Amino acid sequence: MNIHEYQAKEILSEYGVKIAEGGLAYSVVEAVQRAREIEGDVWVVKAQIHSGARGKAGGIKVCRTHAEVEKAAEELLGKNLVTHQTGPAGKICSRLYVEAGTNISKEMYLSFMIDRTSERVIMIGSAQGGMEIEKLAVTNPEAIVKIYIEPAVGLQDFQARKMAFALNIDPAQLNHAVKTIKGCYRALRDLDANILEINPLVLTANNEIVALDAKMVFDENALFRRHRIAELRDNTQVDNREVAAAEAGLSYVGLDGDIGCMINGAGLAMATMDMIKLAGGEPANFLDVGGGASAERTEKAFRLVLADANVKAMLVNIFAGINRCDWIAEGVVQAVRNIDMKLPLVVRLSGTNVEEGRRIIADSGLPIITADTLADAAEKVVRARNEIVAQRA
Amino acid sequence: MAILINEKTRIIVQGFTGRIGTFHAQEMIDYGSNVVGGVTPGKGGQKHLGLPVFNTVEEAVDQVGAEASIVFVPPAFAADSIMEAADAGIKFCVSITDGIPTQDMMTVKNFLRRFPKEDRMMLTGPNCAGTISPGRAMLGIMPGHIYVRGNVGVVGRSGTLGYEAADQMRLLGIGISTSVGIGGDPIPGSSHRDILEKLEQDPETKVALMIGEIGGPQEVEAGKFAKENMSKPLVAYIAGLTAPEGRRMGHAGAIISSAGESAAEKVAILKELGVTICPTPSLMGQTIAEVLAKM
Repeated sequence: MNIHEYQAKEILSEYGVKIAEGGLAYSVVEAVQRAREIEGDVWVVKAQIHSGARGKAGGIKVCRTHAEVEKAAEELLGKNLVTHQTGPAGKICSRLYVEAGTNISKEMYLSFMIDRTSERVIMIGSAQGGMEIEKLAVTNPEAIVKIYIEPAVGLQDFQARKMAFALNIDPAQLNHAVKTIKGCYRALRDLDANILEINPLVLTANNEIVALDAKMVFDENALFRRHRIAELRDNTQVDNREVAAAEAGLSYVGLDGDIGCMINGAGLAMATMDMIKLAGGEPANFLDVGGGASAERTEKAFRLVLADANVKAMLVNIFAGINRCDWIAEGVVQAVRNIDMKLPLVVRLSGTNVEEGRRIIADSGLPIITADTLADAAEKVVRARNEIVAQRA
Repeated sequence: MAILINEKTRIIVQGFTGRIGTFHAQEMIDYGSNVVGGVTPGKGGQKHLGLPVFNTVEEAVDQVGAEASIVFVPPAFAADSIMEAADAGIKFCVSITDGIPTQDMMTVKNFLRRFPKEDRMMLTGPNCAGTISPGRAMLGIMPGHIYVRGNVGVVGRSGTLGYEAADQMRLLGIGISTSVGIGGDPIPGSSHRDILEKLEQDPETKVALMIGEIGGPQEVEAGKFAKENMSKPLVAYIAGLTAPEGRRMGHAGAIISSAGESAAEKVAILKELGVTICPTPSLMGQTIAEVLAKM
């Protein structure tokens, strides 16, 4: 789960990481008020959306007067910001963070993440902050330092010092740097975050180490024990269909194609989408209905898939293990009737009670196209989609 | 032979008396697995499905000689149950439980590493369908009837895609020595490579099939292992050709987060390493048949 920059900064400041003075605003009036509360003569108005690279998308504005803050807030609130991380749909900005301008003397990079290869937390740092770390990794890999942290004993002082020296921290700021680095690690471990990234971490003209941006990504599976984090969820930053799916206990990812899919199991779902692509089609979504696909759940899944206006044909592919094909077939028939589905539907059932399932589909009298194998199913749904497109043209 | 489990393996169920534990324990018993009891803390001394219930895994090991366990304990408590099994001397543990926090798995893996290799419990999962040695024993939640006994060893992250592979092989008259589900989580108990190592040593297995996915370094590691250490041919399918970068495709582990993790990249690397690639998911059985025919 992603959270906003201001939320991550609030958390980090509790762990001893220094942040610039700032305040949250939901309106233009509030934004100006926040600027008035903050001393100084430079303010930064930052769009709070779940994405990095906001600067390039015009989501971060440096202001020198309260009037400029007002103008920036007017521009950003309600605006849909498109970055390379949001995809073409973009993300809506409904919150602003107004922060005191920071006089930067040096930009650095610091992040922590759970590394799948070593199965440890890895700390990554670079004295060259501000830019995309992925690009730096390609152009100048020596400029990036990686330190692995032993889970049982946690991050040690010597490791934090090693990182601080790699960041070219002046010895006078060493203790502060160690405190900042250890605070970040504790925040990640205490709160079940998978990723914590500060880009840039800056040295100010006053020789302070400040987190100028902050990104935290949390483990969805651990939210049951992190109630405070769970409350930070902002559904305005997530695809509506994915929110609806999560509420129905379904796993859904919207894609750009026009063939709707309902499949049980994530691996089989990906494989079925691969087959659709190989047959010349493009899937409209990933949808895993999971193990216990009841009739009610099946109908919810159908409604979710068909809510996408791009969908021109739909494929159901179920390999019943614990499930039974007859239950799935009944669910499908009921869903098609209740929704009064007009688009072509291809159903492929396999596994437990498959004959019974096929009989239910056949006896329903509905114009459902059945398929025996994965390849057969993909070819039939692509053909059905092409016929619809030809008819409409 | 077969790997990890056979008809003699003494199995216990952790989370035995719960609804899901009960259902699958009965399925495993019906399949012929040697289930000797279960563990539910606080219900020790009772009987369930005609078998003894124990308070701790240690009691189950002492009293009925438990060797393997299957975990149905809810996600919040599953890591603890896995470590309890390892501590009690269980040799092989399957964690079916889905949704275990990643940092809990980091702790589990660290705990397991403290044991010397010869005493270390083998863990598969979490979030997997389990392991089956067809005709002998099932330690999992798969539909046993689609698995036929034979000479192909299978390892895969996905449950239903594993069923698809087993079914394609069955229809072509090809059987399986052991099929191992390793699950779709970012930090799995065992990797593809760990299972391939076992399959290589198994005299019954002639060919290995690896069913992989986008995300993580596992499949490439397994390919390197096969090139350097395996005498048996390795066939692979990698799911997720259409998956966009940065989007999680159901499995917590199925997310392309760095270079070399997309399906196309993994396929290219595996080909380079001499692995036979199934061109489509509907040709897993066919590709295996062709490899077998050449032997």
